[in-house]
Order: sequence, then structure tokens, then C-alpha cells
Amino acid sequence: MSDMRTVKIDGVELEVPAHYTILQACEEAGAEVPRFCYHERLSIAGNCRMCLVEVKGGPPKPQASCALGVGDLRPGPEGQPPEIFTKTPMVKKAREGVMEFLLINHPLDCPICDQGGECDLQDQAMAYGIDKNRFAENKRAVEDKYIGPLVKTIMTRCIHCTRCVRFSTEVGGVEDLGLAGRGEDAEITTYLENAMTSELQGNVIDLCPVGALTSRPYAFQARPWELRKTESIDVMDALGSAIRVDARDREVMRIMPRLNEEVNEEWISDKTRFIWDGLRTQRLDRPYVRKNGKLEPATWDEAFAAIAEKIKATTPDRIGAIAGDLCAAEELYAFKDLMSALGVTNVDCRQDGTPLGEKGNRAGYLFNPGIAGINEADAILIVGSNPRLEAPVLNARIRQHWRNNAVQIGLIGEVADLTYDYEHLGAGPESLTELVEGKSKFHALLAKAERPLILIGQGAIARGDGLSVLGHLAKLAADVGATGGDSGWNGFAVLHTAAARVAGLDLCVLPGGEDALGTRGMLSAAGKGELDVVYLLGADELRMKSLGEAFVIYQGSHGDAGAHRADVILPGAAYTEKSGTYVNTEGRAQMTTRAVFPPGDAREDWTILRALSDALGHTLSYNSVDQLRAAMYEAAPHLAAIDQREAGAAGDLEELANAAGRMNSSAFSSTISDFYLTNPIARASAVMAECSALRRGRKLDAAE
Amino acid sequence: MSVRRLAEAQPESFSPNRETTAFAKAAVKKYPTGKQASAVIPLLWRVQEQNAGWVSEPAIRWTAEFLDMPYIRVYEIATFYTMFNLQPVGTFHVQLCGTTPCMLRGSEDLKTVCRKVIGDQMKVTSDGKLSWVEVECLGACTNAPMVQINKDYYEDLTPEILERILSDLREGKEVKPGPQNSRHRSEPLGGALTLLGDVSAKRAKPKAAAKAKAAPKAKSATPSKAKATPAPAKSASPAKPKKPRGVKAPKQPDDLKLISGVGPKLEGTLNELGIYKYAQIAKWSKGEIDWVDDYLSFKGRIERDDWIKQAGALAKGVDEYVRVFGKKPK
Repeated sequence: MSDMRTVKIDGVELEVPAHYTILQACEEAGAEVPRFCYHERLSIAGNCRMCLVEVKGGPPKPQASCALGVGDLRPGPEGQPPEIFTKTPMVKKAREGVMEFLLINHPLDCPICDQGGECDLQDQAMAYGIDKNRFAENKRAVEDKYIGPLVKTIMTRCIHCTRCVRFSTEVGGVEDLGLAGRGEDAEITTYLENAMTSELQGNVIDLCPVGALTSRPYAFQARPWELRKTESIDVMDALGSAIRVDARDREVMRIMPRLNEEVNEEWISDKTRFIWDGLRTQRLDRPYVRKNGKLEPATWDEAFAAIAEKIKATTPDRIGAIAGDLCAAEELYAFKDLMSALGVTNVDCRQDGTPLGEKGNRAGYLFNPGIAGINEADAILIVGSNPRLEAPVLNARIRQHWRNNAVQIGLIGEVADLTYDYEHLGAGPESLTELVEGKSKFHALLAKAERPLILIGQGAIARGDGLSVLGHLAKLAADVGATGGDSGWNGFAVLHTAAARVAGLDLCVLPGGEDALGTRGMLSAAGKGELDVVYLLGADELRMKSLGEAFVIYQGSHGDAGAHRADVILPGAAYTEKSGTYVNTEGRAQMTTRAVFPPGDAREDWTILRALSDALGHTLSYNSVDQLRAAMYEAAPHLAAIDQREAGAAGDLEELANAAGRMNSSAFSSTISDFYLTNPIARASAVMAECSALRRGRKLDAAE
Repeated sequence: MSVRRLAEAQPESFSPNRETTAFAKAAVKKYPTGKQASAVIPLLWRVQEQNAGWVSEPAIRWTAEFLDMPYIRVYEIATFYTMFNLQPVGTFHVQLCGTTPCMLRGSEDLKTVCRKVIGDQMKVTSDGKLSWVEVECLGACTNAPMVQINKDYYEDLTPEILERILSDLREGKEVKPGPQNSRHRSEPLGGALTLLGDVSAKRAKPKAAAKAKAAPKAKSATPSKAKATPAPAKSASPAKPKKPRGVKAPKQPDDLKLISGVGPKLEGTLNELGIYKYAQIAKWSKGEIDWVDDYLSFKGRIERDDWIKQAGALAKGVDEYVRVFGKKPK
């Protein structure tokens, strides 16, 4: 915006855009303005009155700076810029008054409040309040409301800022919360105290400026000042949301979001936030070896010996290797290295059986426009995906774009409540064919759009004819001008669900050669007894029964499907326990940091592979993670550019488009049926199990 | 005011009757497409009327579904506005004003009556007839203390009158709304005290001024005209006041209440003076008018309302009245 206004804030003149509020202008000028209800990502409510400032030329009263625009200020009589004061006695008195009113009904239970130590009200009462209370009456008391298993309420503490209501309505898109009653008797509640249904509800805990909404699982667990805070990356979905892991001693106590405008803004999904109890349970803390049909604790040497014996007894073509969804690039690289050293070509990192990475280049499997690029799209087509379950934070961004700019959205696949309106174009490949051939109206819309975005879910391609579907989509993308063009826009967007996938594809953890087997091939071969050994690196989302009689090595952190089937278990580290590189769905390399140590004998995964390679007589060439990374960066240089997004070239899609062939007629369905139980850590979490049960119950209710 | 919650015992369901559905459809039509949620308050109001005076939980759900709103949004509104009753109420729901003016004029005593006759606030009597609640100012402070029962105001109450009204309502007797003492609407007790002189002349003034504004040329002429007008009135006033002659009550007295400005109270007073017929009033001389005016301390209302002309017209029949005044007598 070129419309700039000059304002004088505490005597300092500066220029700000006319659409700024006074509060924003004050922030620009470095003047501190306290606030409770104002939040830059939510609509303006103006109801806490904490941000009062004095405005010269305005009425002789304090003004709520969050709700007054700079453009609405009058200049002085001779055209001097309007003046704003944030440090005058009037402002001080106003703040003290507001704070006194807020504290009239706020309980003095800070010593037992979970928000204590990181409470806006506590901090601001210290900074701007007075130390007396003139209110002699009783304080208000409010019954606590049940609003779900994740968010605990202590409603007496509520100061009615309505941030939570605005969040669930605007960002979450599920209108669960509301402010019932009025005045002193106003209460935040859900309708008849039903549980909230948003996948982003945990964010209201962060938004709540007081301790009215706190984390239920974290209740009375720890104090903020005794926690060790480690900045890291989330692996629950393929977004790679920025998180902060708070740990005490050897335990992760909670997970909080970090700001990353490009990826998650400041939100994280409930799975990301409340997964931490799963990091403590069902852990594999020592190696196991199956003896006489029973898994028995073993030493590392015994486990390695058992593996070496098996592997030496067979030939490489009768060995399969599948990497799972939560692996970091480091262990994927070591895994692939070890397998090629053994001569094994049956390697795959796509346990869901998609054809990604088989044809075309990097652009063929990335979310090319970037997550922030959603805000630039002028038409969106969603194919075979339910972004609300596959990447809730990304879905919130689509919703935000839809709310602000009324972008047209079409969907081919399952009908679901995505929190925004869309046109349902059909259920499966037939509708896609229609669209590709230009018979559908939506084709014209996409073609007209300057920046069309085609969001491709794993549900569309994790099937036998996946490559063909992907080819058709690439053709469509080229057809409607989603790729190429002068603007450099590439609207071909593959939405991954696994955090490990893009790094795996980047490092080519794929079947090597014509005869080599992919995941599907390995499973059927193992079932037929054509594979002797299967190595699962954290791969749990497989039908373990189809592995038949094969000798299964499972390396991972949790006792889940893979470990139950395994003949040898090698205990690995979870994502909070290692420093690993993850590449998110848009191709952004990010690195986690170790927050705690793995439990018991468990080790970081690449070190296990390195030690095993020694036992197998094919010692890998690196002795430290730095050496490993040096080698890895040579293979995939963009992994070295941490936090940078390395996009694929648009031209790369042509080869993919040629793959368009026959598609079968079965409808697309999302690969995620239960949002809360998508990986071994989530399945070990009691909190996630409760959420899942609640949602299942709700589905049953709806079906009745 | 206290915390407002939904009633514990709720009906199974709510189904709108034909009027409610028609009302709802008409209400939605008043707003642009997509803005149907704007009709939520009228709809809740209508639903409350249908649902025996209170909004039930199924009714909230029906309203939300009809307007395509989330339940919580309608719930917010129903709990915000105190005029939506969230608990069942009696057939006659008494809203008793307890704000300062009413309180100073004795609303506390009325509360005692309600407590005695009905019970606690928002508790329905066992026969389902009565319930009461204290509310904030209903805007009838002149006639304090007062209550609102369903849609009618009952003003100038005393504990005795309220008790009588409540028992009459309970027994199904007809009850007269409005002030319960002899006064007319919110006029002072015993009739108006101000604006009693002949103001028709004074009224001419602003009109003339307005004319003057409209036609600046006539400026010089207008003031003299305005001054001239009151003169005849002044000259006429010295007529000697004289009591009008009365007659014995005829078999068929005229309905004097048809004269604009005469109410039931005044009719009685006039009857006492022996005035029963329109014709009698129509024949009043200036002196008689002044006497009656003085007797009723009307300060010119007879002339102001032009009883003479009205009575003259009415004496000839209602049609004549319509012809002269362009409207039916009240």
C-alpha cells in the first residue's frame, strides 16, 4: 500500500501505512502497548481495553489503540501529524484502571495455575497494574466447562477476551466456542458442553492470555521455568511445523508451536501438540531377538549376530528393505548406503505404495507452489485428499485464503467438512478424466486462473494406477497453465502425509533397477516366500501378515505393528531424541534438535545402522554425524540448505505427463481414516486414543 | 440479573406451527441472500411466543438449523438477551420493574405481593398460570411502580391492586391494562397542568416563521400578521364565566368519550354537571366554556381540542364528524 501516513508516537515521527491500527504503529515505533484481546492473526474485538493510549486531537479520553486506524486520525490545526502518547500519566492511569477491573474477578490462584510463569495477565499486572484492590465484594465464580479431552477449563480465570472464540470461528473454521450470557455473567462455552471438534483446538491454549484454557494432559505436570526448551521440527505430518520441545530431566513435558510464517505461522495441530505422552509409552528400550517364537531381551551384539547370520545365509535379491514415515534423512541415507553395500536393490521409502519419484524429477513429488503459495493461488483443485486430516495447519491456510479472498475451490474425492465451501466435482478418476478433457466447467475456471493450484493427496496416487493418475494430473496442470509460464508459478502440489517421504525421494531410497521390488512387490514376494529377510526401518503402516514367513528386522522407537511381527528388534530414537534432517512437502530442509536422550539402550538410528554395517562386514565410511552429513550433502546438496526451500523445475513435469494412461474406476479416498492414530507414536499416546475414541463415537452418533 | 442457563427439563423436540414457519420465511426474506442469520432475533421471539413464552433447547436448535447457523451462535444470542426466557413461564408472566423510580414508588411492596401470590422468581405456580421476574427499567417511570404482564403494562400499582390483578388473571376475569388509578395515560393525576392556554395562536407562530423562511420576500409582512392573530383571542377572553345548564340524565346519553380529549373519567365529571348530550356542548357560549375550563382546571383544553366543533359534528352523526375532521372519532 502506497497510502502512507505520518504519525508522531511519543514524540518520534514515523510513516506507517494508512490501514495500520494505532497499536501496530506503536509497535513499529518501538513503543510497548499491553493487550489481551488483540491478536494479529485474529479479527479485532477491542473488548479488553488494555491497549488504551492517548491521542492528541481526538476526544479527551483514552483510546483503544487496537481498534482505531491510523487513517482515521485527524491532523493538527496546521496539518501537523497526529500525535499518540503511550507513556503519559493519563495512559498510566487508564491502564491501572483497566487492570484493576480485570483483577476484580480474577482469582489469585497463580501458585496453582498452570499458566503461572507464562501468563500475560500476571506479567502485565506486574508491569502496569497497582498493588492494591479497592473491591471489597466477593469475586465472581464460574463453573468449569467440559470442552474436550485436550483443553482444560478453569473458567473463573477467564477475562472474556474472546480470543478462543475468534480463533475457533476464524482459523479453526469449526464454530464450537461461544460467549454465552452477558456482562459479568458472560461465560465461554461450547454448545451444551460438547467437546470441540477442531484439529487445531490446542492453539486456544496458547492464545488464552490467562489460565482459563490450559492443556489438560499437561495439567500440574511442570512449571515453565524448570523446562529445557529445544527448538525442533514436527514430524506428525509432512508440513514440518516449527515446534519447541519442552523437556524436564529425561522426559518431554510438552510441545509448543514456534513461529514460522512460511510453514505453520504460529499454529500446530493437536496431534503435534499432544503427542508427547506417546513418547514415553510403548518404547523399545533394548534389543530383542525372537527365540522359539517369543521375543526375548538381548544385547546389541546378540541382535547383530542374529541379523548377520540370516543375511549371510541368503542372497541380496531375497532381501527387502522398507523405510517408514518418521525417519530422518540421516538414517535414510545410511540405510540406503548399507543396502547398496549389501547389494540389496529391493529398497523403498514409500510404504503407502505411491508411484512418486518413479518418473520425472523433483517437481513431480513436491508441493511446488509452497505452503505460503496457497495465499497466492486464485483457484484450487483438491484431488484425493482431505487436507483437514492430512495437514490441518495447511488446511487452515486454505481456509484463511478462502475467507479473505473467496478463492474458488474444487474437490475430486471424498466429500468431507473441510471448513470451507468447495465445489464437489466427483469422486474418482472419471471426474478427473472429464476435467482433463475440459468437459467440466471447473476446467475453464482453472484455465482462466493465473495461479491455479492442484493439490494432490496421497489418496489419489497410493493405488495401483497411481502413476497414471499422477500423469493425468501433470497433464491437467500443464493444460491449464499451472506450470511453466513467465511468472515461475508451479501449481502442481503434492501433499505428502509422511514427514520422511520427501527426504527419502530426494535421497533415492527407491527400488534400484528394473527388477527391483517396491513396497507392493516386496509384500507380495514375501507372502509367496520369495523374500527371506525384510528390514523395516520404522515402517509400521504395512499389513504385517502379508510378510509371510520372512525374517523381519524392525528398527524403530515404538512397539507397534512392526515390532510385534519382528524377529529382531533394534531400538531406535524418536524425533525428539535425535538431530535429524527432514524435508517437508514443499521441499524445505529442516533440522530437529535433540531434546532428550533415547530411553535405555536405544540409540540414534544412523549409529545403529553404522554399527550393524560393521557386524555385517560392510563398514560404512562415516564415524560421526558430521561425516555422514558431508556424504549426504554430496548426494543431495539441497539438504545442506537448512530452512531453505529448494523447488523443483516446472519443466520436469513433462515426463510425468507422458505417464498418463488408463485409470481404474474406483473412487479416491484419503489415506488417513483416523487423524489421531496415523503413526506409531500417536498410537502409543493415551491422549490420542481418547480423541480418536471420541471422534469415532461422534461418527457413530451421526450415522444413527 | 443472574447467570442464564437453559432449563434442566427440556421438551423432546420443537416443531414450528404454520404461523411460525410463515413468519420465519418472511423474516428471512427481509435480508439479502446469505445474510439470513440476521433474522435470528425475530425468529427466537416468534419461537418463544409459540412455545408458551419460553425458548427451549430444541427450539434453539430448530432456529439454528432454519437459519443455517452453528448452534452455539444462536445459544449466545438466546442467553444474551434477557427477554428470551430460558425457563418455562406461567400463562401470565409478570415482569416487575425494580429500577430506582419504581423502587422509590414502592416496587419492593409489589415484590412482596409476587412472592406471596406466586412464589420465587421464575418459578411457575402449580396451576401453571403465573410466574414473575424482576427486570430493569421498562421505561414507564412516570407511572411507577409498574409491571408488564405478557404484552401489557399495568401502571400506578399498589400492592392491593396488583394482588387483585393477579387473582383476576388467575380466575380468567378480564383485566384492564394501563394506569390503575384514575389518571389518563401518563398525564398528571387530575389532568394536564401545562399547555392549557389557547395555544392555537402560539402554534401559528412557528408556522409563520417557517413560511417566512420559505419566502424571504414576505419577511417584513409576516411579523405583523403573527402579532395580529392573538388579538381576537385576547379580546374574547373577558366574557364572564357562567356555569352551563345541566339536564337530568336522559334515557340514552351520548357517548361523550367520542369527543377527542374526553376520557371515561371526564365523561363522569361532565355527567355530574348534567351534561349528557353532544348538542349541549355544541351550544356552550364562551362564558360557559371558560367556566368548565376553570372547573376542570383545564387551562384552555376545551378550546384547544375544539370540543364545540367536535360536539356539533357528532350531534349530527358520526358521518358528519368524518366529513369535518377527515377521520372517525376515536
